Amino acid sequence: MTSVESGRVTPVRKTISVKVPAERAFEVFTAGFDTWWPRSHHIGKSPMRTAIVEGKAGGRCYSQQEDGTDCDWGRVLVWEPPTRVVLAWQITPDWQYQPDIAKSSEVEITFTPEAGGTTRVDLEHRHFERHGSGAAAMKAGVDSPNGWGGLLRQYAEVAEKS
Amino acid sequence: MDAMGDATRRAILERLLAGPMAVGELARDFPVSRPAISQHLRVLKNAQLVLDRPLGTRRFYQVNPAGIDALRRYFDRFWSDALAAFKKAAEEAR
Repeated sequence: MTSVESGRVTPVRKTISVKVPAERAFEVFTAGFDTWWPRSHHIGKSPMRTAIVEGKAGGRCYSQQEDGTDCDWGRVLVWEPPTRVVLAWQITPDWQYQPDIAKSSEVEITFTPEAGGTTRVDLEHRHFERHGSGAAAMKAGVDSPNGWGGLLRQYAEVAEKS
Repeated sequence: MDAMGDATRRAILERLLAGPMAVGELARDFPVSRPAISQHLRVLKNAQLVLDRPLGTRRFYQVNPAGIDALRRYFDRFWSDALAAFKKAAEEAR
């Protein structure tokens, strides 16, 4: 870590309520990652076949591609079923794998049981500033066809069709 | 010119992410001349990656927050869509 610290860039926070118990919500989010993760969202050079989050602290977050390669994009930093999981987001703004966790943002997901068998899922994506020089280049990265913005557009198209 | 294609410029940006700095302060931290730092800053400014503002007799440089805002907007939308897909999968799996 450098002197660039948390709080400089406001985290992205999202909440959604799902009509299943916390255990089930946690299981679908993690073991069932492949069932909901957007197919267009990977950093491989061929189409993605499977998206995997390994269910343990230190587990790999990666995709298996149709060309037979594996593409790592993160790590399981915290594994507390069925209430909390924290993933390192090891992707640079120009869509490359970032091996250094200190230069990666992180995503925390918590699962809180609510009345009627539903679960509140809170997601916080934070520490964007850790992307370092990449964070400053985000304007370029997000706007470029190969950057995050381009992938989002691709994703939006797929999402609208489904 | 590719504003990010130079290691010194990347290092300057990294330094500026910690907070605004004057050219003189930046020059102390790099093994290049002050005019060279100024030249790098001009490139970064033209690429809209940094902003500058005068303060007293000095000119301070800082990272352009528009780049970071773009990132936040991207993830705001991405996670909304991804979580909607997750909700659908979780509720269908019952």
